[in-house]
Amino acid sequence: MMLSAPSFSYALLSPMLIVLAAAVLGVLIEAFMGKTHRAAVQLTVSIGALLLALIQIWQIRDMSSTSAAVNSVTIDKAGIFLQFTIIVLALVAVLLIADQDNFVARASTIPGSVEEQITTQQQVKQTEIFPLFLFATAGMMLFTVSTDLITLFVALEVFSLPLYLLAGLSRRRRLLSQEAALKYFLLGAYSSAFFLFGAAFIYGYSGSVSLVDISASAGSANDIFLYIGIIFMSVGLLFKISAVPFHSWTPDVYQGAPTPITGFMAACTKVAAFGAILRLFYVGFAESQTLWQPVITVIAVITMVFGSVVAIAQRDVKRMLAYSSIAHAGFLLSGVVALSKEGLAASLFYLFAYGFTTIAAFGIISLVRDSTGEVSDLNRWVGLGKKSPLVASVFSLLLLSFAGIPLTSGFIGKFAIFSAAYQSGNTLLVVVGVLASAIAAFFYVRVIIMMFFNDPDNDSVSVVIPSIKSRISITIATLITFVLGIFPSIILNTANNFANLIK
Amino acid sequence: MPIANYLYLAAILFTIGAVGVVVRRNAIVVFMCIELMLNAANLAFVTFARINGNLEGQIVAFFTMVVAACEVVVGLAIIVTIYRSRRSASVDDASLLKR
Repeated sequence: MMLSAPSFSYALLSPMLIVLAAAVLGVLIEAFMGKTHRAAVQLTVSIGALLLALIQIWQIRDMSSTSAAVNSVTIDKAGIFLQFTIIVLALVAVLLIADQDNFVARASTIPGSVEEQITTQQQVKQTEIFPLFLFATAGMMLFTVSTDLITLFVALEVFSLPLYLLAGLSRRRRLLSQEAALKYFLLGAYSSAFFLFGAAFIYGYSGSVSLVDISASAGSANDIFLYIGIIFMSVGLLFKISAVPFHSWTPDVYQGAPTPITGFMAACTKVAAFGAILRLFYVGFAESQTLWQPVITVIAVITMVFGSVVAIAQRDVKRMLAYSSIAHAGFLLSGVVALSKEGLAASLFYLFAYGFTTIAAFGIISLVRDSTGEVSDLNRWVGLGKKSPLVASVFSLLLLSFAGIPLTSGFIGKFAIFSAAYQSGNTLLVVVGVLASAIAAFFYVRVIIMMFFNDPDNDSVSVVIPSIKSRISITIATLITFVLGIFPSIILNTANNFANLIK
Repeated sequence: MPIANYLYLAAILFTIGAVGVVVRRNAIVVFMCIELMLNAANLAFVTFARINGNLEGQIVAFFTMVVAACEVVVGLAIIVTIYRSRRSASVDDASLLKR
């Protein structure tokens, strides 16, 4: 038997390879470099790698191939757009993450112990966050372009495992943070196991791990394997996007994780997981759409309504945004159900716009503090508009974008995704989606009213002056939210041109 | 013995794992149940490789083992830090976030 060497087109894979190489380099820097300059060097390596990857993505923007890494990776238009989105979001997020005072000085110290105080006083810095962040980013990029079950599973774990660790590294309220990491890890691993078991049955059904072959073998074999496979794989993916009923981890993890990590996770995991869902359902399971479309429609409806209604009762701003992200997952699922080019284009735009709004919002949350750290209790945000009009106005703009008020990117995204759902005949989704948006608008506007029209009743809460890195990050993300609301055509046209998954 | 029996065994192992995660309280035991589920998936993959007559399923099994090993590293690190700060690995004790 002749074994032939596998062929790789390195140019197409280069954005992922650059980020992965930088992550490995980051590990080496951790091992061999002195403490004094480590943080600065790590940040430079991260930003440099992401910029290089961005340049590479730009150069391959018109190329496509189904055999970039044998048959495991398909670089196509939609894949390139999603990778571009992840890189740009990661670039904005890394500037927030670089604000080290959000992270524990040394994760191995016991909370409240003497060693913890000593390491904090010595200003020890936990620079491992940068390689972990880069590994997560590379895994996310791979997840959006993988076209076989092996690569999908490996990519899923490559981006999940670093996130579990990052969730547990908060400097303040460390018990909460560690608990968030434990919950995220146990439930995440649980859902990965479901994903893998489903993948086994899909393989059993089609006799191949490649999505294209899976699609081609529709209707040819024992259908029960296909049912089991689609259900179990969907459980794994719906967990990652926190769709109801697999959302229970979201509020806890969003609240417990360090705020910059929450922003990164909320924005980029959504892009990656929706990228994979779109590819799986548009390419792998397209021929068996009658099986999954009704189920996903029901899940989308429940997710939208549940997220919007439960968010009203939240007293913690991070938990409120967590439930809002659950509702947004429901809106995005309407784009998946549409199963059309319009649905794909709308999803791409929505992910891009939502990602920036999310990172900016969590960036703002990390600025509102008292002597013990961040204040995420909504009751203490009362009258923030009087203390810091600028921060309160920016946060209001972001909330309005989440709510989907015209002149913000959120409105354009929702409009595009609902019109795609309408065109594909899912009137139910559109009606429920608009109603859920109306409910959601209520609690976003309530926060704005609290900030501007109520008098502050305590003076302990203040807005810290952000470092230059945070300032750049929040400014860019807010500007994109604002500009996309007024001139959406820039990205909307691009998303339309790039809405193409090779089958 | 019909080959389908291996699929039944995989399904039983997976169910034991899935139920175990829900009913057991110790984080280590919960984690072991998750590993059991991954291995059940592996058994299903290998069985299907035999049924389909190609090697892809066996290749997946190798990848899964590596990934499961990485998961152990990360998982035990998280569980050990929790244990050191609370002197308990029970998932019921970790409930500060539920208010």
